[in-house]
Amino acid sequence: MKFKDYYAILGVERGATADAIKDAYRKLARKYHPDVSREANAEARFKEVAEAYATLKDPEKRAAYDQLGRHGSGEDFRPPPEWSTHFGGAAPAFDGMDFADLFAGLAGHRRSAGRQGPAGPMRGQDYEVAVPITVEESFRGTEVSLDLATTEFDEHGMPRRVPRNLKARIPKGATEGQVLRLPGQGGNGLQGGRDGDVYLNISLRPHRLYRVSGRDLYLDLPLTPWEAALGASVEIPTLAGAVDLKVPAGTRGGQQMRLAGRGLPMPKGGAGDLYAIVQFVMPLELTERERELLKELATASTFNPRRQLA
Amino acid sequence: MTSERHEAASPDDDRLRISELADLAGLSEAELIALVDCGVLAPAEGLPGQWVFGLRSLTVARTARRLREEFELEPHGVALLLGFMARIRRLEEELRELQARLPR
Repeated sequence: MKFKDYYAILGVERGATADAIKDAYRKLARKYHPDVSREANAEARFKEVAEAYATLKDPEKRAAYDQLGRHGSGEDFRPPPEWSTHFGGAAPAFDGMDFADLFAGLAGHRRSAGRQGPAGPMRGQDYEVAVPITVEESFRGTEVSLDLATTEFDEHGMPRRVPRNLKARIPKGATEGQVLRLPGQGGNGLQGGRDGDVYLNISLRPHRLYRVSGRDLYLDLPLTPWEAALGASVEIPTLAGAVDLKVPAGTRGGQQMRLAGRGLPMPKGGAGDLYAIVQFVMPLELTERERELLKELATASTFNPRRQLA
Repeated sequence: MTSERHEAASPDDDRLRISELADLAGLSEAELIALVDCGVLAPAEGLPGQWVFGLRSLTVARTARRLREEFELEPHGVALLLGFMARIRRLEEELRELQARLPR
């Protein structure tokens, strides 16, 4: 396993007081807590900081950590044989164990040995997983494959990492910010406690064509000025396939044309709408004939689009 | 490695009694009632004592527990922070909606 320098992670000296450790943790928590931070990598950084604090704030765990001596973060490390005394003499198998498990194991052993208050049922750990999906996957529903390493405790309170693969069905219409729950799929409960849950935090990946607002979709619809003036029938890409849209004569730039029920589906039936936003575009280069016709139009037209500016 | 297939419970399927919500979120029922009183948590239906909560309430209650534990906040601090977070989320939703309406 790789050693972690918990003091360095919190930015404190090894001899720091409990208050100094708490202050350092609070400052870093304000900066990196995933509920309040917008920093890149906030979640990973907070996890590291919380892991360091969970060990250093507990005098028993801190003493056990200090016994391991000084090592650099990331240095290959194997706990000394006497570490097993923390587990009632059981010989722990350190292979495949994470550094944090050493200290989680102390808590697990205390619980299983009934050394800290009455040994009661303990709920298993919950897990949160970020699940980015595409707009098409939200439209149709999808299945995602999740690789988790859940921590389970044996009868000595010794933790072990159990790799698991979960396949979760995401219902159609799942949207940005939605949370889905897989009941009982988290860490195992202790002493009759119920198993933890897995929470899936859904986000939508940006789409090449559509912008998403709730369950409505917005699409830019490029039209030539003459299509808008004269009316046209244009093909619109929707999530269920292309549909023909009749653009009425006299359509204005910026106008939103609503295609009812062509957005993302609602959980209990129905769907959001698709809005095509009209944008006028001109050819980058005009042919001689186009130039002639536009000149003729400019001469013949009395329309003044800037009348209200005068 | 084990591989299992599961159906995700969607927010509208889950209906939780206050005791279940307390168990899943890691808060006491008294703490949940305090969050309802502050307006941070809204029961989906039911009279006091028979409240039923949706999964969205579980998300809020879990956040409350995280904030309480990880920032070591007292209940009023948690309620204040959750209120601000809800406002930020609403503003972000409005911003996303406005940005979606703007042509690229």
